[in-house]
Amino acid sequence: MQKEFALELRRKAVISGIGLYLFSLIFICYLTFSLRKNSINEATWSALFWLAILFSVINSVAKSFIGEKKGTFIYYYSIASPQAIIISKILYNAVLCLLLSLAGYGLFSIFIDNPVQDKWLFVTTLLLTSFGFSASLSLISGIASKANNSNILMAVLSFPVILSILLMAIKITKNVLDGLDRSSSIDELLNLLAINCILTSLAYMLFPYIWRS
Amino acid sequence: MKQWLKLIAIALLFYVHVAGLLFDVPRLNILNETIRALYFHVPMWFGMVLLFSISVFYAVKYLRNPSSALDRKVVEYANVGLVFGMLGILTGMLWANYTWGSPWHGDPKQNGAAIALLVYLAYFVLRGSLENEEQRARLSAVYNIFAFAAMIPLIFIIPRMQSSMHPGSGGNPGFNMYDLDSSMRFIFYPAVVGWFLIGLWIVSIRIRIKTVEEKIFELEDGKNP
Repeated sequence: MQKEFALELRRKAVISGIGLYLFSLIFICYLTFSLRKNSINEATWSALFWLAILFSVINSVAKSFIGEKKGTFIYYYSIASPQAIIISKILYNAVLCLLLSLAGYGLFSIFIDNPVQDKWLFVTTLLLTSFGFSASLSLISGIASKANNSNILMAVLSFPVILSILLMAIKITKNVLDGLDRSSSIDELLNLLAINCILTSLAYMLFPYIWRS
Repeated sequence: MKQWLKLIAIALLFYVHVAGLLFDVPRLNILNETIRALYFHVPMWFGMVLLFSISVFYAVKYLRNPSSALDRKVVEYANVGLVFGMLGILTGMLWANYTWGSPWHGDPKQNGAAIALLVYLAYFVLRGSLENEEQRARLSAVYNIFAFAAMIPLIFIIPRMQSSMHPGSGGNPGFNMYDLDSSMRFIFYPAVVGWFLIGLWIVSIRIRIKTVEEKIFELEDGKNP
C-alpha cells in the first residue's frame, strides 16, 4: 500500500496539473463575478464552490485508472491482490480529494469571500465528501478505463452516483452558511457517513470482478 | 410465465381501469378527482423499484456464475424497469400539471426520480460502449449493483428529509394509514399487483425474443462462416 502511494506520488506532473486546473477554475469564477467584494450571495458561493470541487475531483480521480499504461496494470496484477489495490487507490484518492477541496476552500476565501461561520463543521464535511467521492469515483474509473471512449463515459457514469453525496454536502453547506447550530447538521453528517460506508464496502466487494479482465 | 398469471394480470388491470375511472373516490382537499392518479402513477414506481431490484439480484447471480442467459435477464429487467420509470414520470407530470400548475416543479421527489432514470440511462450507455461481450456483461453488472446502491438514498431518503409538495409529505393529504380510504385500497393493491405482473410478462417475452435472435445469429454463422 505504501508502495502504491510512492508510485502515485511519482507522477508529480499530474498533481501539479490538477492544482493549476483548480486555480484557474476559481480564478475564472472570480473574474466573471466582477471582482467586487460581497457581490455574490451565499447560495451562489456554495454553488460555485461545489462545482469547482466537483470538476477538479472528477478530473483528478479519473486519472487513477484511465491514464495508466497497459504494462502498469499487469505489474500491479502480479504484485498485489485486487482488494489491496482498491483500498490503496481509495485512500490515495481520498487524500488527494481532501487536499484539493482544502486548497479550493483556501483559494475561495482569498479571492472571493469566506462566508463560512463554523469552520470545523465545514472541514468535517469536506473530509466526508472527499472520502465518498474517492470511493465511488475510483470504482467507476476502473469500469470506464475498460471502454474505448472512457473520458466521456467517466462523466456520464459518475454524475448520477455521486449526486446523492453532493446533495447532502450542499445541504450542510447551506446550514453552515446560514450560521445554524451544529446540531441541525448532525442528520446530514450521519447520512453522509452511511452513504460512504455503503459505497466503500461495495467498491471493495465489486472491484475484483472488474480487475480480472 | 404461467398462463394463469397472465390471465390474472389482464383481469386485475381490467378491473382497475373500470373501477379506477368510474368508482367513487373520497373528496380530499387540493387533490379532488386527480386522486385517481394513485391507481396508475404510484404502481409505476412500485413496479420500477421491484424490476430494478430483480435486475440487481440477477446481476449478483451473474457475477457469481457468469452465463449469457443471466446477462440477458439483467438487461431486460433493467430495460422494462426503465420504461416503467418513464411512464411514472410522465403520469406524474400530467398530474402535476393539474394540481401544481406546471408539469415540472423542481420538487425533490421529481428531481430524485429524474436522477434515478439517469442512472439506468448511463447503464445502457456503458453497455453500448463496450465491445467485448463477456466484458460488457461483467462491467455492466458491476455498475448495475453499484448504481442501485447509490440510487436508494436518492429516492428513498433525501426526499423525505426535505419539504416536498408531493402527496403524503409536508401535510398534504396522500398515501398513509389515515387518509387512504379503505375503499381505495381495494383498487390500489390490485393495481400494484396487476401492473407488476404485466411488467414481468413483458420481460419474459423480451427475454424469449432475445434468446431466439441469438440462436438465429448462431445458425447463420454456422451456415456461412
